[in-house]
Amino acid sequence: MTAPAPLIEVEKLEAWYGKRRILNGVDFTVHPGEIRVIMGGSGSGKSTLLRHMLGLNRPVSGSVRLFGTDLATASDREKLEVRKRIGVSFQGGALLTSMTVGDNVALPLREHTSLDEQTIRIMSRLKLEVVNLGGFQDLMPSQLSGGMIKRAALARAVVMDPRLLFFDEPSAGLDPVVSAELDELILRLRDALRMTIVVVTHELDSAFKIADTITVLDQGNVLMTGTTADVRAADNERIQDLLNRRPREVHVDADEYLQRLVGETE
Amino acid sequence: MNGIEQETAEGCTLIRLRGEVDLSWSQQVRQAVLEALSTSTRVGVVLSEVSYIDSSGIAALVEGFQNARSKGSSFALVAVSDSVRAVLELARLDRVFPIVADIEAIPNVSGAPAWKP
Repeated sequence: MTAPAPLIEVEKLEAWYGKRRILNGVDFTVHPGEIRVIMGGSGSGKSTLLRHMLGLNRPVSGSVRLFGTDLATASDREKLEVRKRIGVSFQGGALLTSMTVGDNVALPLREHTSLDEQTIRIMSRLKLEVVNLGGFQDLMPSQLSGGMIKRAALARAVVMDPRLLFFDEPSAGLDPVVSAELDELILRLRDALRMTIVVVTHELDSAFKIADTITVLDQGNVLMTGTTADVRAADNERIQDLLNRRPREVHVDADEYLQRLVGETE
Repeated sequence: MNGIEQETAEGCTLIRLRGEVDLSWSQQVRQAVLEALSTSTRVGVVLSEVSYIDSSGIAALVEGFQNARSKGSSFALVAVSDSVRAVLELARLDRVFPIVADIEAIPNVSGAPAWKP
């Protein structure tokens, strides 16, 4: 029996912001049903990798394929088909402030389906129930707490029952209880709705609780991809620094330092 | 293979679903459930052969249940498969729907005591 095709295939992906290389030939593959955590410190390149997988950034070189479709060469129609099969929960929630919570959650259904309004109403309220925001559909986003915004954003991300869910920093800024609830929810979504889930986080506790596999990024390079046990046992100084929350020692090159301070003034 | 069959047994209209209930045909399920409730006061939806159900399928069942309640009719989910149960549990709907093991257990509107959550 052949293994199911990967849902995400990133090959030799490079990304630059100006003269700064952010991703350095990253390879990244995710298979159906997996919960993959992308872990790394600030500036490791994890958000840039996510933006490329969402088609928000175009690769300088290398490729990103979702469901077998290369996002850089796909037609608008092909991209739309991919978009309908993915859900994204952004770090800040990205709820539309002029709409009620219920309308925010229902938005993908109204944009991408021709379902009748009663079905849309039930489906969106159902997802609010799933994230423990039952009955909050008439509130405005400004009336929600940070944790509630995150959950409402998750409800919107999964309202179409996407096969692939991207979740950017689910735990950031949340208290430990709410954070633990979200971790549980991610696991239940995968199990009940058969979602494949990619979570970008720097929260170690959350990463090890939910991940089937972890990809550790550092300075634009994949240090390793493995199970939680593999990562814990990794014989790699940088990974152990991350796991033990040891700050990176900053290397100082005098010439480069001075150039940064006084260069390019003409 | 997806499919929907309807039959009448023991004074009850049964809707038997098969396969993966998703957006591509959940509106057919909705229509079948609502039509059954327009002609029968005792309706069961058999879910033993459903390997996956998405939110649009669940929405069809919710609307059917609400419709039945508004008319005082009997409505139940019958022989729910594990995968359907997982989705119901995700939204805690397993505590809302009447779920029975077999056709005989579907409450009879005129006879058996009403199902209570």
